Amino acid sequence: MNLNLLSWIIFLPVIGIVIIALLPKPGQKTVKWIALSATLASFLVSIAVFLMFNRSEAAIGQMQFEEKLLWIPAINSYYHLGVDGLSLPLVILMTFLGVISVLVSWKVELRPKQFFIWVLMLESSILGVFCSLDLILFFLFWELELIPMFFLISIWGSGRKEYAAYKYLIYTLVGSAFMLAGILSVYFITHTFDITALRGIQIGTSFIPLTVLFFLLMVGFAIKLPVFPLHTWLPDAHTNAPTAASVILAGALLKMGGYGMIRLCVSMLPQVALQYAPVMCTLAVIGVIYGAAVTLRQTDLKRLIAYSSVSHMGYVLLGIFALNQVSLTGASLQMFSHGVITGLLFAMVGLVYDKTHTRDLNNLSGLARQMPIIVVVFSIAGLASLGLPGTAGFVAEFITFAGSFTSVAVAGMKIFTLIAVIGIVVTSGYILWMLQRVFYGYPLDKYNGVKDADAVEMISTFAVVAVIMLVGIYPAILTNVIYMGIEPIAKLIGM
Amino acid sequence: MPTQVPWLIFLLPFFSFLFIGLVLRPFLSKYPRVGGYLTIGTVGISCALSLWVLGAVIAAPDHMLLVDDIQWAVVGNLNIHIGVLVDALTAVMVVVVTFVSLMVQIYSQGYMKGDPGYLRYYAFMSLFTACMLGLVLANNILFMFVFWEGVGLGSYLLIGFWFHKPSAANAAKKAFIVTRLGDFGFLAAILILYAQTGTFDTGTLYKLVAAGTLAGTTLTWVAIGIFSGAAGKSAQFPLHVWLPDAMEGPTPVSALIHAATMVAAGVFLVARFYPLFSHSTEAMTVVAVIGAFTAIFAASIGLVMNDIKRVLAYSTISQLGFMMLGLGVGSVAIGIFHLFTHAFLKALLFLGSGSVNHGTGTFDMRLMGGLRKAMPWTYITFVIGALSLAGIWPLAGFWSKDEILVSAFTNNPVLFGLAIITVFMTAFYMFRAIFMTFHGEYRGGAEPEHGTHGDSHSQGPHESPAVMVVPLVVLAVLAVCIGWINVTGFFSQLMGSGEAEAVSFVQGFFGVLTHPLPLISLIVALLGILLAYAMYCASVRKRDRKNDII
Repeated sequence: MNLNLLSWIIFLPVIGIVIIALLPKPGQKTVKWIALSATLASFLVSIAVFLMFNRSEAAIGQMQFEEKLLWIPAINSYYHLGVDGLSLPLVILMTFLGVISVLVSWKVELRPKQFFIWVLMLESSILGVFCSLDLILFFLFWELELIPMFFLISIWGSGRKEYAAYKYLIYTLVGSAFMLAGILSVYFITHTFDITALRGIQIGTSFIPLTVLFFLLMVGFAIKLPVFPLHTWLPDAHTNAPTAASVILAGALLKMGGYGMIRLCVSMLPQVALQYAPVMCTLAVIGVIYGAAVTLRQTDLKRLIAYSSVSHMGYVLLGIFALNQVSLTGASLQMFSHGVITGLLFAMVGLVYDKTHTRDLNNLSGLARQMPIIVVVFSIAGLASLGLPGTAGFVAEFITFAGSFTSVAVAGMKIFTLIAVIGIVVTSGYILWMLQRVFYGYPLDKYNGVKDADAVEMISTFAVVAVIMLVGIYPAILTNVIYMGIEPIAKLIGM
Repeated sequence: MPTQVPWLIFLLPFFSFLFIGLVLRPFLSKYPRVGGYLTIGTVGISCALSLWVLGAVIAAPDHMLLVDDIQWAVVGNLNIHIGVLVDALTAVMVVVVTFVSLMVQIYSQGYMKGDPGYLRYYAFMSLFTACMLGLVLANNILFMFVFWEGVGLGSYLLIGFWFHKPSAANAAKKAFIVTRLGDFGFLAAILILYAQTGTFDTGTLYKLVAAGTLAGTTLTWVAIGIFSGAAGKSAQFPLHVWLPDAMEGPTPVSALIHAATMVAAGVFLVARFYPLFSHSTEAMTVVAVIGAFTAIFAASIGLVMNDIKRVLAYSTISQLGFMMLGLGVGSVAIGIFHLFTHAFLKALLFLGSGSVNHGTGTFDMRLMGGLRKAMPWTYITFVIGALSLAGIWPLAGFWSKDEILVSAFTNNPVLFGLAIITVFMTAFYMFRAIFMTFHGEYRGGAEPEHGTHGDSHSQGPHESPAVMVVPLVVLAVLAVCIGWINVTGFFSQLMGSGEAEAVSFVQGFFGVLTHPLPLISLIVALLGILLAYAMYCASVRKRDRKNDII
């Protein structure tokens, strides 16, 4: 029985786009409801896949829900989809954040028809990246994501939106160019685009050194993650993007980088990864500490959260290049938990901005009295971000640290880990400082009329809180799945 | 005893938190009293269950109860179980935590009456108590860390309870970040333990240490890492800076933080991992030296504070140093015995200061004076607490302090010297506080706008309502006699240290007075009281004229 569930997950948002596009002059409400239905449908199908996912020992390392159709015979390229333990949590993350991003955009009034078309296309393309098992298909979806994000930032953004959009475009295109070179090299060496066949492949002779191949692919992923010092597009893009785009950007899009590193760089070239792990771990630790230090200095709420992402993605990089099973699991879980937590943080910043029309910490104070619900949700998101036990943030960070501390892949891993742990102390500093500046202290009269969260906003944010708590209290719900995908990769490295 | 009972001790207050947060506050906020009753009820039942557990532990042959674990997460070889460890240390701690918490909750009925955040207050108090109980019960260092952070969260929420005051918001943030700095060491210790042993289970760690598998430099670093976490929560130098500011929270919160929950957590943590410490001479030395230094350092600051709560805050830091000293030079029994007696008498003193604040609207002792006539119950109970803290025979504080002095004396003369000077200072600052607050003439109390309560203080100071006085009296009775349980060495035996005899040179209720050491400490304490009398009571009129304060 093949229901082509993955195709449905990817293309349900596209069906939404088609309906919206075909309707002559649809009302604002109609567009929003169609977008919501499309994302919700995609989310429900992904949940079905999650429930039906085979967690037995026999299925370890196997792709599930595979679909394979010959696509470009000349170069042996297939329309090939499938998920394993590595990609499934990220698929769920994207479909979930897709619903959330439609809900947080409920008040968008500028060209809503176009806006939601771009949001849906963004979701589709990111889902495509996570599900593709063919490098050409993977690259196609990877590039497709640029278009909606470019327009979302440049049309619905704020501040220096055109600058941010072009910066994002140029950075990503440069990365993609390297990546395309890498993908073509892989094809010329191995004569296949099949990602499943590339895992653990023994490459005999190659026309370029494997190190070069590794870094051709790595540059594209490193820009996306982002890895210090390639992160400078991120604060601008996040800060100036509309709320929905920030949620997807921070929540799911960055994870394409981490996903790609594990799926291609580590799985295909484990020995090269092992060789360059000290370099990557150094960059990871610099990212953690530098990101956190820069975050401390921010006075724009959105920019603050954006820089905190640089710091938190450092943990992902550390987990990946500590190269053992526990650390890779931690990195995968950190990608999911950072996705929901930072997604929620951006949604909350969006709410505060909608109501007060400022994101400047110097103009905000004492909002706790005026927004009793928003303060609770924002605080939970903040506490999760600083890794408070009981939230997804703690579990993911702890598993990453436990893995990297015990890693024998790289000399001095213990020192790297301990430096990274300092990051959580700094994180608690900027998160609590931010909460205090926004919500505590004397209430300002000018915000006396502001409203608290309404029903739609409560539904969307409470749902994310529930997921954060669920993963924090019962992490096995995801770690059991992640294990299925990570175990064979960890074996490749022999750790 | 059913094995679910220890779980219930933790789950009941946690349920109270969830129920208030998820049901009462959103839907039934018209009936805030329900939240107070629910919290008191659940903590009360927990307290009764704790006493039951304590009884069962005393009756058990090896003072241990076995409870089954629950599996939480398996990641490769990282296999984590949830479970409870019920030994004498746990049993005593749950009794202390639930009992003090119960007294504080009852007292809060009066103190927090009419506060707009009444429900929020009780929700946070329940969470705080639950996390502390979870920390005490957990049998796994990772879950101890989980609840450890939970305690930190609870203190953050409660210290910053009046968040509209910038000082309160600052104090809350400071407490969380400073303790998190210490937690860095704790987390590092957990990672080292995991890397070395692959387990988080407390019992397994004990065995590994006893077998010598876990030893040497690694063990020392683990112990020092754990101590760094403990130093953060228990406000040991140099991580003590958050505690005096933590006075910004409502006074019952201070009582709970200073007596049974937050600061006791650090001492408890060292006691829980005592087998690890005792196998590392270096770690024990660090604990003892930091403890002794903190004791004398904080006491010396307490000498000159004018805010009654700050006197008590520095007193707490100093006494925590004493406990650490007791652990460092003595044993679990000695350190925890002081924690045990101190919990009751410091709760008493803090609630007493809250009662004074309720009556006068200020914490500034320069604005008080002569309150003994207006607030007789508060006065008597406060004096009992102060005498007990100063270590006057035969009150509770005497017994526990005596054991620490004895261990210090047999261990290192310098540490003993620091400790005995601290005894003098303790007696002095406590009675300085009493003479300034309760003796002499009333000096006016707060200006109306300084009052933390809506009710008027124009008719002068007044005694607090019965709901606040009754917990004071109960705690005062305990501050007198709770120390007697170790007169015959019962408590030390329960704690399982075979060194019960070494605790004191001589035993017995009157017997202790036959040895010179207790007599010296008594004389030193009495000298401190006399000096305070001479400076702040006998010449109070002269002093008043000199320092025209308003």
